[in-house]
Amino acid sequence: MRLQKATRFALYAILDLASDPEKQFSAAEIAERYGISVNHLSKVLRSLGRAGLVEAVRGAGGGYRFSGNAKRLTLLDLILLFEDIDSAPGAGREPGDATPEGQALGGVLEEIEDIARATLSSISVATMLKLIAEERRKGGTDPRAAADGPSTAPAASAGR
Amino acid sequence: MSHQNSSIVDGPEAALQVRPAEPSDVPAVIALDAETTGLEKPDYWSDLFERYGRRRTPDRFFLIAEHDGRPVGFIVGEVRAWEFGSPPSGWIFAVNVKPGARQFGVGTQLFESICACFRLAGVQTVRTMLSKDATLLMSFFRSQGMRGGPFIELEKSL
Repeated sequence: MRLQKATRFALYAILDLASDPEKQFSAAEIAERYGISVNHLSKVLRSLGRAGLVEAVRGAGGGYRFSGNAKRLTLLDLILLFEDIDSAPGAGREPGDATPEGQALGGVLEEIEDIARATLSSISVATMLKLIAEERRKGGTDPRAAADGPSTAPAASAGR
Repeated sequence: MSHQNSSIVDGPEAALQVRPAEPSDVPAVIALDAETTGLEKPDYWSDLFERYGRRRTPDRFFLIAEHDGRPVGFIVGEVRAWEFGSPPSGWIFAVNVKPGARQFGVGTQLFESICACFRLAGVQTVRTMLSKDATLLMSFFRSQGMRGGPFIELEKSL
């Protein structure tokens, strides 16, 4: 399953900001950590702001702060702000869809979508933060450590 | 009903206790289940208590979370072996926390307690099965570190 660029940027931004909800980070800081376009990320952050999930802090040292409920906000909630993961009935109808073969194939694909939807709707931001901490313990790349420069200690030490 | 148990907000961890279910807990379990499902199932819960609570066997567990002397949640599970070709593992098949007591760690304490029971019973894996629509419950299990496992449920209308 591939997510659109804006969706992935939104997920990175929310996970980054929610990991330290007391702190605020600029779009440039977040973009640098993930190696993504700051302009594109700024647009995404504005959309997240309109959805009430981040708030912009003005003034010197301003930036964005997470303002959602990490225990209740799910991956599906975030994804649906930027794209539709379902192939809605009737929408984007392809030749052959109405045939028995097309119907059977549609049933199988619908089963896969059901599982994807259930999975995404069951994983909250808080759960993702736990999974990320696990990855850090296993030695994955920590974007904050990476952004600090090559002399920073390996990610494994950045775990909880 | 959702915010009546305000006392748990004041200090749930200090006063919360997880213990094996007693016969006197059954009415509270029935009420708690009815409060969240909208369906009262006294026979089901009485029977479940008989099999998992009263007959205390080393592989069946019916635990109650109690706050200030009142049940605010429960969890039920057992060790099952070789069903579907699976080596012995712990299965959780019921968990519930009073709506007003949620998000204060009651479910986590119940989950950790039954996992400790499973470990003592000698198993290293805990499983559950739930409806794809039960997103809140699935979120809870995910928050406890559970992930999709090696099995998939299939069914057919008869």
